[in-house]
Amino acid sequence: MKSTRILAWLAIAIGAIYFIVPLIGTFEFSLRMRRGEYTFDAYQSVFSDIQFRTTFGFSMLMALFTIIFGMLLVVPTAYWVRLRLPRMRPVIEFITLLPLVIPAIVIVFGYLRLYNSSSFLPLTNSTSGTNMLLVFSYMTLSLPYMYRAVDTAMRMIDVGTLTEAAESLGAKWPTILFRCIFPNVMSGVLSGAFITFAIVMGEFTMASLLNRPAFGPYLQLVGANKAYEPSALAIIAFAITWLSMGLLQLVSRFQKTAPVKA
Amino acid sequence: MSFLSLSHIQKSFGPVQVVSDFNMEIEKGEFVSFLGPSGCGKTTVLRMIAGFETPSGGTITVAGKNQAGLKPNQRNIGMVFQAYALFPNMNVTDNVAFGLKVAGRPKEEIDARVKEMLGLIKLEHLADRFPYQMSGGQQQRVALARALAPKPQVLLLDEPLSALDAKIRVSLREEIRMIQQQLGITTVFVTHDQEEALSISDRIVVMNAGCADQIGAPAEIYNRPATRFVASFVGTLNLIEAKVVDPAANRIAIGDQGITLREPLGAVKAGDTVSLALRPEAGSIAEGAKGDTALTGEVVSSNFLGSVIRTRMRVGPSVISFDMFNNPGLVPPTAGETVTLRFVASDLLVIRD
Repeated sequence: MKSTRILAWLAIAIGAIYFIVPLIGTFEFSLRMRRGEYTFDAYQSVFSDIQFRTTFGFSMLMALFTIIFGMLLVVPTAYWVRLRLPRMRPVIEFITLLPLVIPAIVIVFGYLRLYNSSSFLPLTNSTSGTNMLLVFSYMTLSLPYMYRAVDTAMRMIDVGTLTEAAESLGAKWPTILFRCIFPNVMSGVLSGAFITFAIVMGEFTMASLLNRPAFGPYLQLVGANKAYEPSALAIIAFAITWLSMGLLQLVSRFQKTAPVKA
Repeated sequence: MSFLSLSHIQKSFGPVQVVSDFNMEIEKGEFVSFLGPSGCGKTTVLRMIAGFETPSGGTITVAGKNQAGLKPNQRNIGMVFQAYALFPNMNVTDNVAFGLKVAGRPKEEIDARVKEMLGLIKLEHLADRFPYQMSGGQQQRVALARALAPKPQVLLLDEPLSALDAKIRVSLREEIRMIQQQLGITTVFVTHDQEEALSISDRIVVMNAGCADQIGAPAEIYNRPATRFVASFVGTLNLIEAKVVDPAANRIAIGDQGITLREPLGAVKAGDTVSLALRPEAGSIAEGAKGDTALTGEVVSSNFLGSVIRTRMRVGPSVISFDMFNNPGLVPPTAGETVTLRFVASDLLVIRD
């Protein structure tokens, strides 16, 4: 019994060292921009770079659009599948998992073939069209996470009975979806939103090949040309991800569905 | 013309016929219970009235209006579900007000109606609570208030008490009946609990395999079961096999003991076997027990059930149960003892299916 506990702690310690040591190393390196002393110069340099602010802002905006359109796509789909097409669930789950199997570069080349300037829908002809394409590609990438988060939240509530209750009270579909279902899967939607946000903020392939000024390509550019700033950016990127994960944990506690027994 | 009419209703799910030729006329303000075991089609009929299922055949009319083609949200039929189905994101007030808000009623009217409904279910003090902050009984009362708030023409209750514990079930069913009578609302109640159905209904429909086996007042269903299924499903019943001795004289034999029935035996001949039904409470072995008929047998067992003691005795090939009210001085018969059960011959019913 005692040896099992020691082994368990050993495994945790090895895991922690494996994850934390490189992070500490990166953080320590990001502070060594000035010779002989620890400073936040690298961070200052990053934050004062106009390109950082532009690309960060652009990616934030793209993340916001991805979340909004992703929610509008995923919530009604997951709802409809649960309510009317339960037999289609395995098929839909398989489709939503495809972005994990198909490399991003294949997806983006597919997009470029379909929506290039000489295609029937030349989205890449304009900046706004390309941005739209980028949002769609981010939606595809975040689909496995968004769908699962929303579907799990829907499993927590009795979607069918709530829908019937609302219908018997005279409600129509938009009312049912936005007033009875959506607020009750909000924790799932927010979980999906934070994961989406973290994915979009670090995504490189799509933005780079579509030639958009996103945060991912900026990270790569800085990494290729500067010494200390990439470490500072890596820490900033980690902080964004952790913040998203922390918020995810927080919202998952707000679910108001735990029934009190009679 | 009746208020809610179900005429030749049928429902099939693929090759499976769930409801076949169901007919029922329900008067305005009547409380009707659909009683039957799981899978008998009672909830399916209820869901067809609500509009959640489309009948494969037949017509449903409410206040003379054919409901075919009307969506559930166009029917003005309130429904209470077994699983409460309160909206978890809304507090009690918002839940009760939901139907009125959807109907676009003025705010003053909504506020007044919500207050009235909460008063009706005696939960004014919980107006700001969320469903997860309430007990099952409280949630179901809110669900009832929510269903009643938009003043539906018909109220449907789909096993609303099944998820509650025994004590709350009894008090809530009385409350439901009281509210129903107070509002005079036509109500259809689905249950598999015979005690529930018997205690609160004006009429009961006993359903079996998608058909209505018997429709009648609770006393009629209990005392005069029309079929073997109704007899066995409603209450505890002794089903006794007997041999016809003299059909003209209604004379039968249980084992080697002869009995003359009050009810005519019908088209049977001497030597045929008939099924008879006798309620456990219809007979007694007490000294001076009333009854024009007696059966003597050997006690198999005696079980203490709280308010009654149920004794099983063997008579010929049949085992008959009978109940005695418990009292501290009562000495129950012991296994192997010979006892004589007395009852009125008219309590012995001939089961004809």
